Amino acid sequence: MQIPLSYNLRNLTARKTTTAMTALGIALTVAVLLSVSALVQGLRTSLAASGNPLQVLVLRKGGTAELNSVITRTAYQDILARGGIARDEAGQPKASLEVVTVIVLESAENPGGININLRGLTPMGFQLRDEVTLSAGRMFRPGYREIVVGKSLVNRYGVHLGQKLRFGRGDWEVVGIMDGGRTSANSEVFADLNQLAADQNRTTALSSVLLRAEDEASVNTLINDLETDRRLNVDAMPERDYYAQQTSSAAPIQALGTFVALIMSVGSSFAAMNTMYAAVARRSAEIGTLRVLGFSRRSILVAFLIESVLLSLIGGLLGCLLVLPLNGIETGVGSFVTFSELTFSFHITPQVMLTGVLFAVFMGVLGGILPAASAARKQILTALRSA
Amino acid sequence: MSPATQEPVIRTRNLTKEYRRQEYHVYALREASIDIRRGEFVALMGPSGSGKSTLLHLIAAMDRPTDGEILVLGHDLRSMSESAVARWRNAHIGFIFQSFNLIPVLTALENVELPLKLTRLSRRERLDHAKWALELVGLGDRLTHTPRQMSGGQEQRVAIARALVTDPDLILADEPTGNLDSNSAKEVLTLLTRLNKEFGKTVVMVTHDPHAARTAGHVRYLEKGMLLPNGEVPEDWAPIHHVG
Repeated sequence: MQIPLSYNLRNLTARKTTTAMTALGIALTVAVLLSVSALVQGLRTSLAASGNPLQVLVLRKGGTAELNSVITRTAYQDILARGGIARDEAGQPKASLEVVTVIVLESAENPGGININLRGLTPMGFQLRDEVTLSAGRMFRPGYREIVVGKSLVNRYGVHLGQKLRFGRGDWEVVGIMDGGRTSANSEVFADLNQLAADQNRTTALSSVLLRAEDEASVNTLINDLETDRRLNVDAMPERDYYAQQTSSAAPIQALGTFVALIMSVGSSFAAMNTMYAAVARRSAEIGTLRVLGFSRRSILVAFLIESVLLSLIGGLLGCLLVLPLNGIETGVGSFVTFSELTFSFHITPQVMLTGVLFAVFMGVLGGILPAASAARKQILTALRSA
Repeated sequence: MSPATQEPVIRTRNLTKEYRRQEYHVYALREASIDIRRGEFVALMGPSGSGKSTLLHLIAAMDRPTDGEILVLGHDLRSMSESAVARWRNAHIGFIFQSFNLIPVLTALENVELPLKLTRLSRRERLDHAKWALELVGLGDRLTHTPRQMSGGQEQRVAIARALVTDPDLILADEPTGNLDSNSAKEVLTLLTRLNKEFGKTVVMVTHDPHAARTAGHVRYLEKGMLLPNGEVPEDWAPIHHVG
């Protein structure tokens, strides 16, 4: 039987200021780690939601991104002839030839401008993106310099209906705003394929093809069929895999954030250690008394370790509360794959919070183990006399 | 009269405790031999530094002797492991400190329940035992009070309840009245006498208060680390005349 938990809890509440200050230090460390985790989680959620499991993205052989890929209209026609591609009610193949480029959008936040993905596509391309809906305005008309923008561009850069953006050979009018759900379409601009291709002098050399397979089994067959055809010279991959690769954009932020949190955790662990050493010194007579009553050295060690962990848990939970207001806040990160900004929201999931709490517990154990061991090592009479 | 039997529960032979600090050797206790029988109430008296507390600590296995033999309740304490000693102490010894040594963040009931946490008793049984012990010392109405909410005398009575709650064979008290006013000291001594006479507990009490020593059945004196022969009193000390 161990020393009752109420002993530890009441000792923590008996020293309110010390407990609060130590817990706050741990809370700030946890908050830094959770902010970074929520950022990475938001990016992952956005990218994970961006692909349809039945869809296949086709790029030039060796092309790592749509931006540096070239697919000709002739190749597109060959691709359409493959089996396993789903068709709509009218019998048209569910396939979208697309051109992707980057435009620079200026904002008060970024006066130098920020790269934004501009995608030329047909109405079928819009249909293939199930999560994307028009939330305001209307769809662009074929043959016109009209664009539909993702809602994040409205929120972050103040783009609005009727605004004219200058790129390529002229001004493009914003005629619609689309809601991409949790997908990366929120940070893209959509335009008519032929109008954009002509504007960019890319009427024959476009970027990529998006295909929807008839069923799950057809996905791999289709990919295999396309990749083994040497005439086509293309790479094909599940659309989800393509977006999953882009989570690497978050790697530097994650590494930096984790590094900062780790440095802070050293400080926080020392704070917890300092608090626990003071507690051991102050409660020396209690330690001696508990030993006289028959509690073993191990019980003493466990009791002080538990107290340190409880202290850290308070900090961990406080840290979770501190970052909760970040949940849903939109931010953006430059993608090293698309060379454009990818907008997403901080996403604080139960898993992220659990990471923070476990990190706090780790700090508690780290900070508590030495003081707890010193409490357990005390000789009974020495402990009783140092009161 | 105390219900003492011939059976010694504490037996020491040439018990010695020596402290070494570099080249200095200090004998806290030197070759002390004593037999204390079951049911006896013995007071250990002597001036400060005479070794009386050291002897008590060795009996309670709170410290290890440097030399000599010690058998308590038939156990050779020197041969027992530290964890075995801890279990033995919990089962057989009730210790009362001069400064009460209650856990300040726990209530009277929780303080008394604490040693029972190491037994196989259920929570209900533990609480029943703790309440009984507190009622026995006259604090049945102070169960939820913390040490800070009690007087010194009441704190020491809680400490006595904690010492007797496991029904130990031996009650060891180190200056139990040292921090109390005369009325509280009287109450504490009455309780110890009751434990000895009514419950047959063997009580060993360290004190340098002659009034306290008078309540004991026997008084043994120590001087400069030496246990004086039975009946011998240190120079300048008046012999104790027992009450009753």
